[in-house]
Amino acid sequence: MTLEVLGITVLGVFLFGYIIVASIDFGAGFFNAFSTVTGKEHILTKVIQRYLSPVWEVTNVFLVFFFVGIVGFFPKTAYYYGSTLLVPASIAIILLAIRGAYYAFTIYGGLKHKRYTILYGLTGLFIPASLSIVLTISEGGFVTMMDSGPVLDYWTLFTSPLSWSIVVLSLTSVLYISAVFLTWYAQKAKDRAAVSLLRKYALVWAVPAIITAAGIIVEMKGHNPEHYQRLVDVWWLFALSVIFFAGTVFLLWKRLAYGFAFWLLIGQFTSAFLAYGISHYPYLMYPYLTIYDSFTNKAMATALVIAFIAGLCLLLPSLYLLLRLFLFNKAYVQGDRNDHA
Amino acid sequence: MGNEDALFFSRVLTELTLSFHIIYATIGVGIPLMIMIAQWVGIKKNDEHYILLARRWTRGFVITVAVGVVTGTAIGLQLSLLWPNFMELAGNTIALPLFMETFAFFFEAIFLGIYLYTWDRFENQKKHLLLLIPVALGASFSAVFITIVNAFMNAPRGFDLVNGQLVNVSPLLAMFNPAMPSKVAHVVVTAYMTSAFVLASIGAYRLLKGSNHVYHKKALFLTMKLGLIFSIATVVLGDFSGKYLAKYQPEKLAAAEWHLETEKGAPLILYGVLADGEVKYALKIPFGLSILSHSNPNAEVIGLDQFNEADTPPLYIHYMFDLMVTIGMWMVLLSFVYVVGTWRQWQFIFSKWFRWLMVLGGPLSIIAIEAGWWLDEVGRQPWVLRGIMRTKDAATASGHVDTMLWLFAGLYLILGIGSVFILWRMFRRNPVEQELADRAGEKAGVAK
Repeated sequence: MTLEVLGITVLGVFLFGYIIVASIDFGAGFFNAFSTVTGKEHILTKVIQRYLSPVWEVTNVFLVFFFVGIVGFFPKTAYYYGSTLLVPASIAIILLAIRGAYYAFTIYGGLKHKRYTILYGLTGLFIPASLSIVLTISEGGFVTMMDSGPVLDYWTLFTSPLSWSIVVLSLTSVLYISAVFLTWYAQKAKDRAAVSLLRKYALVWAVPAIITAAGIIVEMKGHNPEHYQRLVDVWWLFALSVIFFAGTVFLLWKRLAYGFAFWLLIGQFTSAFLAYGISHYPYLMYPYLTIYDSFTNKAMATALVIAFIAGLCLLLPSLYLLLRLFLFNKAYVQGDRNDHA
Repeated sequence: MGNEDALFFSRVLTELTLSFHIIYATIGVGIPLMIMIAQWVGIKKNDEHYILLARRWTRGFVITVAVGVVTGTAIGLQLSLLWPNFMELAGNTIALPLFMETFAFFFEAIFLGIYLYTWDRFENQKKHLLLLIPVALGASFSAVFITIVNAFMNAPRGFDLVNGQLVNVSPLLAMFNPAMPSKVAHVVVTAYMTSAFVLASIGAYRLLKGSNHVYHKKALFLTMKLGLIFSIATVVLGDFSGKYLAKYQPEKLAAAEWHLETEKGAPLILYGVLADGEVKYALKIPFGLSILSHSNPNAEVIGLDQFNEADTPPLYIHYMFDLMVTIGMWMVLLSFVYVVGTWRQWQFIFSKWFRWLMVLGGPLSIIAIEAGWWLDEVGRQPWVLRGIMRTKDAATASGHVDTMLWLFAGLYLILGIGSVFILWRMFRRNPVEQELADRAGEKAGVAK
């Protein structure tokens, strides 16, 4: 494995981690707001807040890891993406700030109001939408090279069917991932009413999620034939993904093994993510930037990989402890314990 | 938007974000240590008050951390968005500590979540205290790693530029640059100092506003003692920073001290105004600058006359230096008088006016932090990476930077007002007297 591939693999781990944990977080916030509006908050709010409160900062760190790491491993991305993403990334920061403020002021600070809960829930839809633009831009055709540097063509971006399909995919998968996870979590919390409602959400969002995902492959054919061809080459990974998907839906339908259903979902997204990553190789931004011409020097890459391994040795046990205390601790999950400062 | 405009607004937006973030970042680095000390004292003395102090500080702390996470994410992304050329270079040379900072923060965030939600889970308080150690370590190491990056911007090392190509990159050499030891120590210790004085001003304020509870007196005495220790350390480390500057960044020192002509036995100039190239109305400490720079009253100190004007920073940083040093010295004096006065039972330290001075200490320390960072950042101009890349060559050419500036200004306004309001409300609604009574009631209930 070359250092370039190792670097992009490290970043892929963080990006995938972020996609999963952030989807759970975003979707949970949205369901929480939705239940407040539809008068079902007594069913959902408790389960959702119990899961979210101790882990939200951890979720945010995955994102920071990704963008710090990509500038480290592939410094040229700072130039290409930094110059073009000013507006979309700033909007994403502001939306993330609203979420942070919600935790600071409402969860920790006790400032309760429906308005904030709804605003918070809506950011859960807008953030994935704004962040997904990065994936769209990476497909090429939206950035032109001027004398002053790379410039993003907003008009093309906003009128492109591809960019809207990716936005819709990000929304449906956020809601689907989140609902499946929370069904399992509610099951552990022995909260029957919440299980049945969340299971319904999971089933409702399953179909749109898979349809939009398939739709994007079709869009790609027109937008970026080279990438499309490479996507087709890894058809077997997509097939695997669909099998996992079918498994999750089957288990949810039959009300069986929600934990296993969630792990199947992880399998579905892992294989789809791998297929996407492999077919995108070696481009970071079509056609300007590949992982080879943007790569950092060997000394830095080696240092970063060592730091990554050392860091993981520190973090994995800590993450395990966090999950054990909150996610897999019966007394906590079932609401017998609070112990908040 | 022209490139000139983009540069101007990029600078203003970065200044705004950093000035806002540094308040939360400084508190975020220092307060975990204070909580740790309070909880430890509580366990040692078996005194419920100190444990409650740790608990109440934690509640406030998580709010400032949440805001700090938000502003930290903002600056992290803005570096690439506003200074893409600089970040491309930085990614090649100094990415390692940036990456490690994220790990340190990750570590902190995980254990903060655990610490926060396990207050009554352990029979043994010591076990709970153990969970705080990674929080405090993570917080301090975040500061260490980020300051290393800043030190690198002042004294870039660990690479060579040959015909515009980066060669011989050594990430460790870049990290351990000459600016690193004095800067890291200064930043970490002033964060502890500021946090201690901010917490002290809360205690002093409660005592002023009618509560005469011994809880607040204990809190005030503990934090003022800690503040004294860390402010003395700050003065000593400040001296090291002066010596570093004299050796490696003489133009920054000369601009900060208004040292116009190279001379031996240079005086230290405080305050004053600059008119037609002459310093007027200033307080001059004979031989002061030579001692600060080289520990020798007769040593020669390089003045601004040795530099091209295009390579020196704006001279207003002198006032930032004055502000920082004056507040630092004042806080040493104030905390010293308070601590000695408490031992010797001087009556005036219990007076209203003296308590007001301690209330002011917190905000003043934060102003000193701001002045220090402005001195550091503006004092490095016109360079973003000293001697290698000028600030004007680092900025984005993107449009809409001005719109983003207004957007973020609005965001910080809301976050700033919101966090102060929430903290105020939280402690208003649950004063310590009430919480102590509630806890006593709970315990009695359990005993029955």
